[in-house]
Parts: sequence; structure tokens; C-alpha cells
Amino acid sequence: MTINVNGKASTVAAAPDTPLLYVLSNELQLQGPRFGCGLAQCGSCSVLVDGVEKRSCVTPVSAVDGKSITTLEGLPMWYAVTKRLARVPELHPVQQAMLDEQALQCGYCYNGMIVKAAELLSKNPRPDDAQIKRAMNGHLCRCGTYPRIVSAVRRAADMMLKASAVAR
Amino acid sequence: MTGLPRREFLKAGGALVIGFNLRDVLLAQARGSAAGPPDARQIDTWLAIHADNTATVYVGFAELGQGTSTALLQIAADELDLGMEQVGSVRLDTNVTPNQGGTYSSASIARGGPQIRTAAAEARLALFEMASKRLNIPTSGLTVSKGVVSTVDGSKRVTYGELVGNRTFNLPFTGSAPVKKPAEYKIVATPVARRDLPDKVNGTHVYMQHVRVPGMLHGRVVRPRGQRAYGVGAHVTSVDEASLRSIPGARLLRKGDFLGVVAEHEWDAVRAARQLAVKWEPTAALPGSEKVYEKMRAAKTSEEVVLQRGDAAAALASAAHVVSQTARAPYQAHAPFGPNCAVADVKADSALVMCSTQDVYATRRTLAALLKLPEKSVRVQYYEGSGTYGHSCYDDVAQAAAFLSQEAGQPVRVQFMRADEHGWDNFGPAHVGEVRAAADAGGKLVAYEYHGWQHSWSGTEASAQLAGEAAVEFLAGPVQGVQGVNRLTCGGMYQVPNLRLVNHKLPVVEYLKAGWLRSPLDLSFAFASEQAIDQLAHLLGIDPYEFRRRNIADDRWLGVLDAAAKAANWTPRPVAAKRNGGKIVAGRGIGLGTHLQSWGGAVADIEVNAETGKVVAKHLYGAIDAGLVVNPAIVESQICGQLVQTASRLFHEEVTFDTTGVTSLDWSSYPVLRFEECPEVTPVVVQRLNERCLGAGEEVMAAAAGAIANAFFDATGVRMETFPMTPKRVLSVLKRA
Repeated sequence: MTINVNGKASTVAAAPDTPLLYVLSNELQLQGPRFGCGLAQCGSCSVLVDGVEKRSCVTPVSAVDGKSITTLEGLPMWYAVTKRLARVPELHPVQQAMLDEQALQCGYCYNGMIVKAAELLSKNPRPDDAQIKRAMNGHLCRCGTYPRIVSAVRRAADMMLKASAVAR
Repeated sequence: MTGLPRREFLKAGGALVIGFNLRDVLLAQARGSAAGPPDARQIDTWLAIHADNTATVYVGFAELGQGTSTALLQIAADELDLGMEQVGSVRLDTNVTPNQGGTYSSASIARGGPQIRTAAAEARLALFEMASKRLNIPTSGLTVSKGVVSTVDGSKRVTYGELVGNRTFNLPFTGSAPVKKPAEYKIVATPVARRDLPDKVNGTHVYMQHVRVPGMLHGRVVRPRGQRAYGVGAHVTSVDEASLRSIPGARLLRKGDFLGVVAEHEWDAVRAARQLAVKWEPTAALPGSEKVYEKMRAAKTSEEVVLQRGDAAAALASAAHVVSQTARAPYQAHAPFGPNCAVADVKADSALVMCSTQDVYATRRTLAALLKLPEKSVRVQYYEGSGTYGHSCYDDVAQAAAFLSQEAGQPVRVQFMRADEHGWDNFGPAHVGEVRAAADAGGKLVAYEYHGWQHSWSGTEASAQLAGEAAVEFLAGPVQGVQGVNRLTCGGMYQVPNLRLVNHKLPVVEYLKAGWLRSPLDLSFAFASEQAIDQLAHLLGIDPYEFRRRNIADDRWLGVLDAAAKAANWTPRPVAAKRNGGKIVAGRGIGLGTHLQSWGGAVADIEVNAETGKVVAKHLYGAIDAGLVVNPAIVESQICGQLVQTASRLFHEEVTFDTTGVTSLDWSSYPVLRFEECPEVTPVVVQRLNERCLGAGEEVMAAAAGAIANAFFDATGVRMETFPMTPKRVLSVLKRA
């Protein structure tokens, strides 16, 4: 079957019941979504499917037929397309904000953190801390970097609002 | 460029440089193609200068996600007078990097820092001498900045790259070169941004879980869901390979009771592991997590005195104020966010194993023995996984991959599933602590006694054990000595004339497989010890912060105590707040503790819901004195992580098991702290520029555990004896009060 990942159509050989995660990792060699639990409990494998965060470890590849998948690698382009930017930035503002806050420790959960935060800000450009925590609550971080992630999401929201203001 | 042209210099250089080219070729071959460890007494083992005036520093420590790889480069860059942009490192590899011992006990900066600093200083000295000859100027007339050595007036200059670029130093590492004084540091003690983070946010960082090699099969282990008693292990009664028939290409591989499946496609391996029909011998050798403390406390043990001074028994018998406190602390799991993974390529006469070990050389030794290969024929490369916080299943999965590769005759990648990692971890052991402490009428501590019941660590990984190796205790290695009562966390910060610390060592074979979990046992110790100290303060009507101040003489302990109190704007609270009948009661507590080094202090603000029993940390303050802090921003980040992880361990984390085996196998049955319950955190680095660098990756957790326990008393007027402080436990304690 053919799946649409990060703006490109890719033909994949996997059986239809194969979880999307294994297809993205092994056939498309993407490193954003990664194995964490295989149970949709942790958020390690998150991707956007038509702009909505989904757990690729429990999503059969057949379920994304005809849909548009965005992984961590494709977030800058997804951002540029959805915001109608003239060019694709190197990083999505959430990625940049995570760096600015030096939020990561091991960084393994940050695929999910960044994908989820990007989804949140696409729907709610000015979330308060409680809204950020509620939206992110299904994503675990074993290193305990939650406080800096909240700061980074706030910072990313500011960056995006400023960019929108300039664009107008 | 001034001075002699390179050709002339080589001629003029004499013994020092003759043979550079030949040696260069030999060394280049050696690095990577020959088994290490490289000779630690050679400068070239530690660093290389390249023609483009950059340096590679060969670091023997694993980046475990804590930022030490950046901090160690800061040390090297500063000592070499290079910019951070001019230094880099390479993958940890038994054929390449020096053996600095494992990355445990917060050793990277404490033990590794001085080695790298001294090697860099010695290289710098050699470079200065080369520059002196090249420029024909005495070294005293030279200065260096960013690898450019020049005369003071700048008229003559030569770069490190021009002096030795792409060649070797060929000099012994004597450790004799003078190192810089703290006042001369330009990069050390500054908050340099972490080097590994850009690749981690954009998805290009290669975690172990990403590694694939050509011709590789995907493997999974097949075990009972949840480990059984360590000494019992797990034994196959029957296994039916035909049950895999519906999955083309999936194969069962077996080595004793070690079962694994391999397949070309990962999903087939996952399905095969689930589908394999296997029966395991029933066993009921465990006490179960509900009754484990009873069994531990009742066990016949021989008392092992860790530390004794004065006569604690006599002082306790005659003191004005005596208190006692019990702690029951659960098994807790490392539970790395990404389960461990390894890739092995085992051939008849050699093996290459890629994994996330804390110690590539120790892993090599064990793998060589298991594979019956000479140690030098095994190469181990480190790939960062997710945070491990100690001895998670990285060795276990490496052994599993090695066994499967050996059996399959081709490279195999084994990814542990969530239940493998949660169920077969080397858990942080359970603990029962009983402390008695006494003070005189004037508020001076006069006696302190701690009895600790816990078992040692396990020395055999599950893969090896299932394959037939005996279950033995972990005995050797640098982490020995932290499997029992810790003389620092257990009262070590206080002036106590009469003190006795006693271990009651239990046999690990009767319990669960165990290993070092970040700040091993210290959370448990502090939970008991710091509550006892707090009790005395309350008994005497003295503010708990003030009571501690009165009983501490050591400046470093006072420093972190004061720093935490100041950050939290501590105000005297001499009497514990009594339950006010309201639904939500707030409390504040203070605590001290550490691991094997450094000093930690903490203050906790918590809220207890008296109706539901739910406890939430609102704000945690943590102060650390780790001597000279190389990168204060990274240490602040470490403090934040430690505070949040401590809250998680005190409120949520408990390995559950029945008489057969472990039953907490995922994030639902082994919950951890989430965003919505995450406290605010305030990290404080007590910078000591003139003191030796010490660890900062685990030393504030005990203090935070003590502070949280004391905050609970402040909120409710009752003491918790068991953690995690789950709603059920809290309600039962409040009901009894």
C-alpha cells in the first residue's frame, strides 16, 4: 500500500495489520516516532494523522490509508504549510522552544512531547498552564522534565503569536 | 605562519617527532581495529588534535541523558584553551575509548573530570613546548587562545593544528602538568548549552532503539510475564514451535530456558513472541508485595555494623527525648521510558554488540564469558537509550541479542517490550528501616541508631540465568558498598556523639532481582531518618530548620540547608499544623540527604486531600553542593529532574508481585508522576569554585524524600511509615490518627 508521510507518498510492503510505528521505523527509517510501550500509554510513538495526534504503536498501517501523516521530521514543513509560510523553517517553534529552554534530558520522550505540543498550539494558540498540562497529560517523561516542557510550550506559543502578528 | 616550515620542524624536532608518520598510521589502525582499552598512560589515548585546529576528546563515560558529555568537553576545552566549537568526542567503544570505569555513582565529573582535565593540561603543555621550538620563543613569552599560540605582541603565531594536526603526541601521560586555577576558567562554571540537544529535537539523534544493521533479524524474548523469585528463575515445562507456523519466517531459538523468537519483520517477531505456546513451571516462592516487609523484618540476619561511635544504646536509654521512626519502602523500577534494546552480531570467533550499557568494558567481560570468546574478541559499542537511572535491562537485552545472534548465525536486534522491561528489571530493592534518635533537653542530638533490612543486588542477568548460569549476588565492582545503610544519608550530617548504623543483609535469591536505582536506597533511608530528626524538633518545640542548624557543624551541610530554606523563604513553624478539618490541608517540610558524595537539601510544599487521600507536591526546592559545578545550567536541570522523580517515587511507584511473580508490567500497573500533578520546582546550585568537582545526578533525591515525608506530617499531624503515599495508605493512616 501507499502511505502519505511528511508530504511524500511512500509505497510500503508491510502487512495491513502492522502497527504504523514499525512501518515508519523499519521501512521509512524515520527516527521521530519510537517504541515506548506498544500499548498507547506513554506517547513515545506519537505522530499527527491529518493534524491529530495518534499513537502509531497501536494504529494499523491500513488505518492511515488516504490520510496525511506527519512525524517529528516533518513538523517544520507541516507548520509552514498550515501557517502558509513562504519557506519551511529549520525547526517548528515547539522544537526551537525546547532547545531554548534546554528542556530535554535523555530526550527520548520528546518526539511525543513535541508532536503533542504542536497539535495543541495548532488548535489553541494561547493555552494557559493548566490547559498545557491537561493536553500533555497522556505523555510521560521519566527524567522529570515536565516543568521545562510547560515553559517551552508557553514560549513556543509566544513565538508563534509573534510570527503571526508579523505575517499580518 | 612564522617559524620553521613543517618539514624542517620535523627534522629539527628530534626524538619527540621522529616516526610520527609511521606511528600515525599504526595508531589509526589501532583505534577501532584492535581491542581496547587503549593505554591510559598515553596522551594519545585521551585526545587527538586535528589539522583544522579542532580536538577529539576520548571520553570513557556514557552520556546517560544527563549532560555530562557536554560538561566533560567544557573541562577539556578550558584546559586546552580551545573554544567549545573546537572540541568533540566519539562514541564509547571498547576498541576506541579509554576505560575510565563505569558511568555510575555520579562518577563522570567527579572521577572522569580530573583525568580529562589532567590529560588536556599535559597536552597543552606539550603543544606549548612545540610552539616554543617552532616559533623560537621561550614558552614564557607565549600565550594561547582558541588553539592559536602566539607571542604576547601577536607578531608570531602557530595553531595546534599546525603543530600536531592529524598526528599523534606520542607522549606518556604522567599526570604531572599543572592544571588551571579556578580563576582562570573561561568555560568551566558557565552554562554552556548541551551539545546533544539539537539532534534530539530534530530527530537525527541515533538512540539505540534506532540502530539497524544489514542482514539483521528482529528478535524478541519469550519469558513468563513478570520475573519470579530470583533464586528460582523460570523453567520451561513445554514449548511448541509449531504454534508459530502461521507466521512465515518466525523461528524459535532456545538456550536452556532462555527462549527467543526471530523474524525478518519486526511485527512478525512481536507476534511470534505473543503467539508461542509455552508453559512455565509453576512456582510460589515469593512473599508477595503486601507481605514482603513482614518477611524481611522477621528474617534471621546477622547484624553487620556499618559505623559505630560512643554508646548509642546507653545514650538512648538515658536521654531526655527519644523518638523512633519506621520506614517501609517498596521495590521500585528503573522503567526507562524506552525499553532497552541491543543489536548483536556474533560470529564463530568474534562478536560486536551495540547496547546502552553504563560500562562497556564490564559488559564486554560478561558477554565474552557467556559467548565463550576471548574478551579481546568482543567489541561493545555504546548507543544512548532513554534515561536508565541505574542498572535497568541494558545488559540483559545485550545478552539476549548475543544469544539469539549466536543461535541464528546472523545479526539480531532485540527490543524489549514494555512488560519485559517492567517485569524483568533489576529493581531498586525494598527496604525496612528503623531509626531511633535522642536529644537532650537543650535540643542537642545525643544518640542515633539505624537498623536497615534489605537484600543485595543480583549478579546474573535474566538472559544468562535462563540460559543456565547460577543466580549469584552482585559482589564485585566499583558500586559495591552502596547496598546497605548509607553513613552519609543516615544521620551523617549531624553531630551525634553516640551513633550506631546496622545492616541486616537479606539473601537476594529469596526476593526479586535487584540493582542500583538512582540514589540507591537513599530515598528510603531519608524517609525514615529525616522524619526521626523532625520528630525530635517537634517534641522540643523547635523549628525543624533551626533544630537541624543547631546540630550540624559541617559548612557544606549548612550551606545546602540554608540554600534550600532561603529559596523556599522558610519561616519558623515550631509546631506541626494539626488537621484543620478542611478537605485540603497544606504542609511544608525540610530534609537533608545525599548519596556517596555531595550535599543535598530540600524543602517541600505539599497538599493532602483528607477526603480522597490524594497527596500532591505543589512546590519542591532542592539545593545541591557538588563542589565546583562545571555547568550550573545542566546541574539545575538535574536537580529539577531529581525533585520530580522523587515525587513520583514517593507518591506513585511500587513494584507489585504475588507469590509467583511481578504483576506491575506497564504504565498503568506501575504509574509514574504525570504533567497534571507535577510540582513547581526551584533548583539551587551552591557553587564552590575552589572545591573538587563531585556528582550532581542523584544527590538531592534523599533530601527531597525527607522533606516530602515531613511536609505530610506538617499537613496532617501524623507520620507516614510506608511509601508510596497512595490514597489508600494515606486514608488508612489518617483514619488511625
